[in-house]
Amino acid sequence: MLDIRFPIGLMFSIFGLIITIYGLATIGHDAMYVRSLGVNVNLISGICTLTFGLVMLFFSDPVRKLLKKKNV
Amino acid sequence: MDTKFALGGIDYLVMAVYFLFVLGIGWALKKYMKNASAFLEAGRSIPAWVAGLAFISTNLGALEVMGMTGSGLKYGMLTTHFYWIGAIPAMVFLALFMMRFYYGSKARSVPEYLKLRFNEKTRGLNAILFAVMTVLASGISMYALALLLENVLGWNFNISLFASAAIVLAYTYLGGLSSAIYNEVLQFFIIVIGLMPMAILVMSDVGGWSGLQTSLAPIVEGKGFAGDAWTSTWKYTASASGNPLGVAWYGIFAGLGFVLSFGYWCTNFLIVQRAMAAESMTAARKVPLIGAIPKMFIPFLIIVPGIAALVLMNDPLKGFALPMNNAGQPIYDYTIIMLLKQYLPAGVLGLGVTALLASFMSGMAGNVSAFNTVWTYDIYQSYIRPVTGNKDADDRHYLKVGKMATIFGVLVSIAAAYIASKFGNIMDFLQTIFSMINAPLFAVIFLGMFWKRSTGNAAFTGLLGGFLIALLHHGLSVPEGATTLVKGGWIAPLITYPVEMAQNFWTAIYAFSAATLLTVILSLLAKRTKTDDDLNGLVYSMTPKLDDSAVLWYKRPWFLAVIVGIIMIVLSILFW
Repeated sequence: MLDIRFPIGLMFSIFGLIITIYGLATIGHDAMYVRSLGVNVNLISGICTLTFGLVMLFFSDPVRKLLKKKNV
Repeated sequence: MDTKFALGGIDYLVMAVYFLFVLGIGWALKKYMKNASAFLEAGRSIPAWVAGLAFISTNLGALEVMGMTGSGLKYGMLTTHFYWIGAIPAMVFLALFMMRFYYGSKARSVPEYLKLRFNEKTRGLNAILFAVMTVLASGISMYALALLLENVLGWNFNISLFASAAIVLAYTYLGGLSSAIYNEVLQFFIIVIGLMPMAILVMSDVGGWSGLQTSLAPIVEGKGFAGDAWTSTWKYTASASGNPLGVAWYGIFAGLGFVLSFGYWCTNFLIVQRAMAAESMTAARKVPLIGAIPKMFIPFLIIVPGIAALVLMNDPLKGFALPMNNAGQPIYDYTIIMLLKQYLPAGVLGLGVTALLASFMSGMAGNVSAFNTVWTYDIYQSYIRPVTGNKDADDRHYLKVGKMATIFGVLVSIAAAYIASKFGNIMDFLQTIFSMINAPLFAVIFLGMFWKRSTGNAAFTGLLGGFLIALLHHGLSVPEGATTLVKGGWIAPLITYPVEMAQNFWTAIYAFSAATLLTVILSLLAKRTKTDDDLNGLVYSMTPKLDDSAVLWYKRPWFLAVIVGIIMIVLSILFW
């Protein structure tokens, strides 16, 4: 059956990517981040989400199979 | 207070990605749905950790998340009793002592276990009440979702309702229980990742835990409680009046920790179904324990921010307020919405909103996927099919029935959602009534599993009797200040409780006691109807002990249970 880690990893990697890029694009937009106590919460949260997504992807069956094939 | 969010294109992009994945998972699972067992029982092939996360996710619907944050504001850390004493002992008990009978008996549902252990009519009673309860719950949650989308995102109520129903229908129709479980796991991670930035920001805004304690003291003392009443769990439970929950420690122990939580976690098929879908007996027994670990930490994500909201509300500089209802009372359920709005800029806000959307939809999908199983196996296969055709017809027929039941369940939920929008009180009332079956159901299943002498007729009478006692108690008691008969006292308001929570606890305690007494007495008066052989695999003393020696010691359910117990004790002491 489908390994759930694959869709989870893929989805959170995409989420992470979207939000990290948005965070980078909004660096210096201080007015926007007043509500989050002056922290660029998109950048931080985006990087965390992206990391989580990539870890899940790395451990998912399809990716592990792919890596194994390449090593052989 | 304006509840509208100003969402940007980025937030809609995040939401769109989520919907794409939800439907994609259903699509990817479609090819595995070859027979009824694959569709309705996930083919008993789900790994323990996936089922474990789905197990707690099912309970973490959006109404629960919103309600618990609001309760954090109203009752403080005492709300964590619902996550610690009110959940963990029951989950551990289910894992160590009950799962092997649910899983090992080859029953496909909790009502079917009742049929195998007792008789057909006990199953019938449970199955029908359960089926009605699940579509009610899914309808109420659908209504709440559409209302929220209207109030918060400014979407049209009818379109929101039908669009969310269509998405839920699409993925449960395509992938059955597997699809529901996979999406619950997805939902679990989105809730954690989507709400975490808010929880961290609100806590740093109030100066961390110690800052929260300091700022709370004068506010709480103003309400007539000790300064740390909102940040303690057991400290002020010596008397009911010393804590905001209005219940003393023995009430929390017996009412919440025993009757209500065991009735919910150990017998509610919606929950147990996740563990029954596990890939092996060992996996099934580990499911509730794996779920218990994240369960214990969820309060820090949803309850603690609610407590901090009380500080924000009392600090005019923060500009934080809850929306008011027509009677001028704050709507506590909107606490988490207003916190998201307060702290999150576009981008992460999209993730937060998606987290709420996800938990609404997976709550509905959970109900629908439990409904279609009970409908197909416990109602259709045992009552309708024997009349209309061959009882043991091919499996493909039941797959079709299961799929039809999914559509039917969603349609009835939509109808229930519209009834809830017109007659909200009636729906709340019905849900209260139907949930009263849980406590007597636990009594009957507990006696069935651990006392070989209990008989089918006694169980049926116990279940029905306990349910009627619960109804009677609800009809005779009211929580103080209740304005509608929905809250009780519809026969005569003879007993008054300080808070609704206390009334709920006592309803459950009476129902449980009545069901136990009736079942025990009637069983002793009657002859046994099942032989020892019949009860093999169904009753504790009649079933050979499980041998875990082939499993590595740190992978055994007992070992996990000890870890879960230690974490709970440490948390209780830390936040005493």
